[in-house]
Amino acid sequence: MADQTETSREDGAHRPEAPGVNDVNAWFVREVLPLEPLLMHYLRKQWPNQSEIEDLRQDVYVRVHEAAKKQIPQPAKPFVFRIAHNLLVDRIRREHVVPIEAVADFDELGIAIDAPQPDRSVIARDELRRLQAALDQLPPRAREAVVLGRIEGLNGREIAKRMGIGTATVSAHLANGILALADILTGEGPPQERKS
Amino acid sequence: MTESSDQTPSPARAIAQSAADWIQRRQFWDWSKKDQAELDAWLAENPLHLVTYLRLEAAWSRTERLAALNRPLSEVPRVAPESRNRWPHMRAAVALIACCVGAGGLWFAQKPKENTYVTPIGVHETISLADGSQIELNTDSALRTRVDGNRRVAVLDRGEALFKIKHDAAHPFVVIAGDHRVTDIGTQFMVREQGARVEVAVLEGSARLESANAQSATLKAGDMAVVSPHSLVVTKKPEREIANSLAWQRGMLVFSQTPLADVAAELNRYNTKKLVIADADAAKAKIGGTFPTSGVEEVTAAARVLFGLRVEDRGNEIVISR
Repeated sequence: MADQTETSREDGAHRPEAPGVNDVNAWFVREVLPLEPLLMHYLRKQWPNQSEIEDLRQDVYVRVHEAAKKQIPQPAKPFVFRIAHNLLVDRIRREHVVPIEAVADFDELGIAIDAPQPDRSVIARDELRRLQAALDQLPPRAREAVVLGRIEGLNGREIAKRMGIGTATVSAHLANGILALADILTGEGPPQERKS
Repeated sequence: MTESSDQTPSPARAIAQSAADWIQRRQFWDWSKKDQAELDAWLAENPLHLVTYLRLEAAWSRTERLAALNRPLSEVPRVAPESRNRWPHMRAAVALIACCVGAGGLWFAQKPKENTYVTPIGVHETISLADGSQIELNTDSALRTRVDGNRRVAVLDRGEALFKIKHDAAHPFVVIAGDHRVTDIGTQFMVREQGARVEVAVLEGSARLESANAQSATLKAGDMAVVSPHSLVVTKKPEREIANSLAWQRGMLVFSQTPLADVAAELNRYNTKKLVIADADAAKAKIGGTFPTSGVEEVTAAARVLFGLRVEDRGNEIVISR
């Protein structure tokens, strides 16, 4: 029953033309991914098992992306949180045993949706600084590989030579760096300490 | 960053690792048409692959700006770590607590710990125990489980529960409700606690009932016992009647020739908005049918239509009168 709201938009007699995959992907990157800090905050608060949060987040993304292939929902934010809410409800129904707080708290959803968006000009001004901060959070070898590749513009073989390690190890460091950067950059909260 | 550090990676994390590998391969190593085709195939294989890739790629493309720095490593200014170190610890602590709560009944784990389960009004839950037993906890109920010597013990502090017990003669399963106890002998049984009065109905197998004042009876499938401080009465119930009394498992209540007062009392167990029957004659009106546990409106509609009773919604309660 809860899923009905997700799909009800397309039940009309005149079904709008489905958007192209690139449009959906672009929308997803532009509108959905920036919601990640709020989404993570919401999931962490609502779901007792913190080791499942990442899986839940990715499931939310899949549901959102799949739904957007039929029609891109506007605005994105309430849609994403409704899907997250429905996913948690489904999981609770399936797994049954969930500490009661998780159920009782569901209606705090509104708080997450109403949280203010960071000012876009602030984001732009601080982007470089934020990227450097993110870089500094990487494990040292991953940081070194990413800096050599991204800032000095070396390719994989050159990085391996410079670091004096094998190409497979370079690949692993780079992949780790990319993964960690996504968590830091996408999962970060709004820039609270940078007001003004 | 990672809440589940030294376990095997979660499914999402494993996919993220693959996606990160694709991104670095494409960016830093020789990239052929064949590689691209393989990547496309991987992306098309599973929507999780695609969204994961999009997420990593979006963050990674942001780091392109770093190229603008193009200065030696030593000159890339470091940002002080600030207070961010405090957070991973906090999260770890939160995760640990959540795990303990979520782990449920590990009956024969080393520590003699007690698990508490509480359902709010209108909610029922299935508790799956590690020994294979299942407990369905009905609305507004509280249950504690623990291991006591060789016995598996469940204390029903409030409400109603259906026990589907994996029988184990070496580890008897005992349910305690209002000082009475029920011991399973390979069983499915229902226990409902109503203050000093406790009802026990056996659906399958048999169970031994001992009342607080040491009366006892062996109950077989179809037996329903009512125990109060001074009496123990066992009656045989038709199978259907017992099944009906457990319709709450499907979120339903089944009434048959039931006085409106009893219907209201039953519904009130499941709903915060209480039904009040303000008239003695109205209370005796009999209703039958299957209603959802949240079906206050259905019942009030029946009262209005069938008996011409007055229904008044006062916000936190609904009053039915003549």
